[in-house]
Order: sequence, then structure tokens, then C-alpha cells
Amino acid sequence: MYDFAYQKPSSLADAVKALSADPDAKALAGGMTLIPVLKQRLNKPSLLVDLAKLGLVGITVSGNTVTIAGMTTHGAVAADAGLKSKIPSLSEMASFIGDEAVRHRGTIGGSLANNDPAADYPAAVLALDATIKTDRRSIKGDDFFQGMFTTTLEQGELITAVEFPAPEKGAYEKFRNPASRYAIVGVYVAKTAGGVRVAVTGAGQGGVFRHTAMEQALSANFSPDAIANITTPVDGLNSDIHASAEYRAHLVGVMAKRAVARAY
Amino acid sequence: MPQVALTVNGKQHTVEVEGRTLLVELLREKLGLTGTHVGCDTSQCGACVVHVDGVSAKSCTMLALQADGTNVLTIEGLAAADGTLHPMQEMFREHHALQCGFCTPGMVMSAVDLVNSHPQGLTEKQIREGLEGNLCRCTGYHNIVKAIAAAWPLMHQKAAAE
Ligand SMILES: Cc1cc2nc3c(=O)[nH]c(=O)nc-3n(C[C@H](O)[C@H](O)[C@H](O)COP(=O)(O)OP(=O)(O)OC[C@H]3O[C@@H](n4cnc5c(N)ncnc54)[C@H](O)[C@@H]3O)c2cc1C
Repeated sequence: MYDFAYQKPSSLADAVKALSADPDAKALAGGMTLIPVLKQRLNKPSLLVDLAKLGLVGITVSGNTVTIAGMTTHGAVAADAGLKSKIPSLSEMASFIGDEAVRHRGTIGGSLANNDPAADYPAAVLALDATIKTDRRSIKGDDFFQGMFTTTLEQGELITAVEFPAPEKGAYEKFRNPASRYAIVGVYVAKTAGGVRVAVTGAGQGGVFRHTAMEQALSANFSPDAIANITTPVDGLNSDIHASAEYRAHLVGVMAKRAVARAY
Repeated sequence: MPQVALTVNGKQHTVEVEGRTLLVELLREKLGLTGTHVGCDTSQCGACVVHVDGVSAKSCTMLALQADGTNVLTIEGLAAADGTLHPMQEMFREHHALQCGFCTPGMVMSAVDLVNSHPQGLTEKQIREGLEGNLCRCTGYHNIVKAIAAAWPLMHQKAAAE
């Protein structure tokens, strides 16, 4: 690792200021992605601004909306009783991110800001039509993701919370890479007030995407049979040592059908 | 140089570190606590697991500075002062849950957290899932799972489940 300066500010305003003043400064949340990246010398920040003391932790339920603060860990999300009663598919999803130790430190804000093409939270945000709150604005999930490892966040802009409206029902099915536990393909299906939403992670070269053909079919008839004959175009899907694009296209169909069958 | 003040195995330390110093480097190189191992160094294998404020963390994926003000427990701090082994260590010995021993410190620390966080009971499936972040290349895991199941009643002072 190259060396860097380190700060742990105690107010959001100070954190944003430190990050905005220096284009080579980076936020540090759980470090579960950033520290491995720094070890590989893929990034050379001048300054790390640790978000641990900003008080951005916790989950609140208000009516039909669940708000998760940006620094809330995957473990805390998986264990929260309020969330479990409103959006059980989301707490289950969090319980399958990485492993116990990773879930103790990795955060929702870090996962979304990173937008790994195989990460789980981006699928949840798209499928559940969530809104990302930052220190300066609200961003709809549909506008947030801009291709792999890219989002609409500006330099120094911090995710402070994510607002999830509870769906009628939903489920996330993940075909896991057995070594890393990341999704080879993950499909989140949600039946929401505005129709059915289907989000696919792990498969697309451009990161998470919505499967509109499946959404239309499921909005008309919410059953696995409704999407049995919908194929996913291979163009633009990932191909690597773990799975070919053709296999991923097939898995999208299988995971989607399982998610519909299990939606709760 | 920045300083970190933290408690390790009940002892308060103040140590000078670089921004990039990892918690595992602080433990091994500054404090001489070499029981915590570095295996893969890519956050996957779990040989470096310690407890930070009571929960498992991969100390190769944490900056020493992030541990400022925390309470860290390593494998060296698990046994009693008189050398009596912690029940988890005792059960690893009893059930032959190690061969080369390289993964063992991390396995034991993850296992202790897993048992602590499941006071209501712990199934074999939960044990296997709970060890997903700890790789062992020699035992095939079976005896590790047995040892953890055997440690659960000892740690929760309950009769062994049938
Ligand atoms: C062994 C292992 C297995 C994993 N398995 C999975 C898996 O199965 N599924 C999955 O989805 N993920 C997985 N992950 C990734 C994990 O979920 C990370 O926690 C997550 O991707 C990053 O979150 P973090 O809090 O650790 O962020 P960090 O690593 O600290 O930061 C990541 C990036 O986000 C930026 N950032 C962090 N917080 C904010 C914020 N609040 N606002 C703006 N920018 C911010 C940082 O500057 C950095 O660029 C795994 C990680 C490991 C090590």
C-alpha cells in the first residue's frame, strides 16, 4: 500500500469539506473493498476520510418506508427486526453478503458507492425503487448507477441514507461464486405499488440492470410460468472463468423464476 | 506519525503507526502478538480474524487507525491468566480440529464469536455458514464443526444438545 494521510472527522460537514478540497481524497467506510484495492495499489489516495464518527448508523421504519443510514453494516441490516417485518427479502439479502466478518464491517453506503457489477445492494435498490440520500440531494435508484464501478456521486458527495419503500412482496435469488460469495448472477424481484420490478446483478458488463421484458410479463401475471419463455440477450453479459455469457443468460432466467416462486 | 490508542487483550497500548499500517501489522510487528496469522492477505481466508469490540473482524482488512479507541481480543487473550484453555480451544484440542494449525487462530476467534452470537442454539448448518469466511486446507472442516458444536454448551453453560 502507498501511504496516505488519515482523518476521522466528527461531523458530516467536515467530512464533505475535507473530501471536496482534495480530488485525491477518498472516503473510508467499512474498508472491505477499499483496503483490498489499496493493497493492490490500484488507487493512490492522498487522504482517507473515515466516516465512522459521523453517526450515520441505524435503521428507522416510518409507515411503509424503511430508512437505512449510510454507515449501517450488512450485519446490522440482516439483524434488524423492524426491517425484517417490513422488507424481509432485504434483510435476507444482507445476511448473504460475504461472510460474518465482512458483514461486521461492510456498509450499505460503501457497497452502493462502489457499485461493483457483482454486488447485491445495487439489485435491491433498483428492484425496490429505493432513493439514495446524500449530503446534498436525493437520487432515485434508477438514476444512480452509471455502469460498473460508476455512479452519479460527485467528488466529496457522501451517501447518508437509503430509503426503501416496502414492496407488496419480493425475493432475491443469488447464484453465488463459492469462493468470493459475490453473485455470479443475482436477481431481485419485487411486486411494488408501481408494478413489478426485476433487477439483475452479476450478469451485465455495465453492472446492475432492470429486466423490462420480465417486468412486463410479471406485471400481467406474477408467476414463474409468465417468464418461462423470456430469454435474456447474451450481448453485453459478462464472460469470465466463472461463467460464460450464455450460462449467465440462462442463470438470469432460473434465478428470476425462483425469486418469483419464493416472493414473500 | 499518527498514534493509535487501543486495548489489546485487556492491556492499554499507545502505538505510533503510518496511515497504511494494518491492524494485523500493529498486532504482529509492533506488539509481538504473532498468534494472529496473515494467510491470503486478500480478505478471504480468515486466518487474521480477531475480535474488535466483541465481534469478529479481518485484521488484514482494517487499518490500525480504524481500531483507535477499540477493545481488541486476539487468540493470545483467550485462555485464562493461569493458562487454562478457553472452552473453544479445549474443544479444538479434544476433537482434533486442526492439523497444520495455520488457520486455527482465526477459526477459533470466528467460532467464539459465532457461539457468543447464538445464545439460543447453533445448528450444524449455522456453524458451516458461520465459517464461510475462514478457509482450512487440511481438516476438511468436519472436526472443526464438531468442536464448535461441543463448545456451544460449555460456553453457554447448558447441557449438551442431543
Ligand atoms: C471476502 C469478501 C466478500 C464479499 N462478498 C460480497 C458479496 O457477496 N456481495 C456484495 O455485495 N459485496 C461483497 N463484498 C463487498 C462488501 O459488501 C463491501 O462491504 C462493500 O462493497 C463496500 O462497503 P464498505 O463499507 O466496506 O466500503 P469501503 O470499502 O470503505 O468503500 C468502498 C468505496 O465506497 C466509497 N464510500 C464508502 N462509503 C461511502 C459513502 N457513505 N458515501 C460515498 N462514498 C462512500 C469509498 O470511498 C470507496 O470508494 C465482499 C467483500 C469481501 C472482502
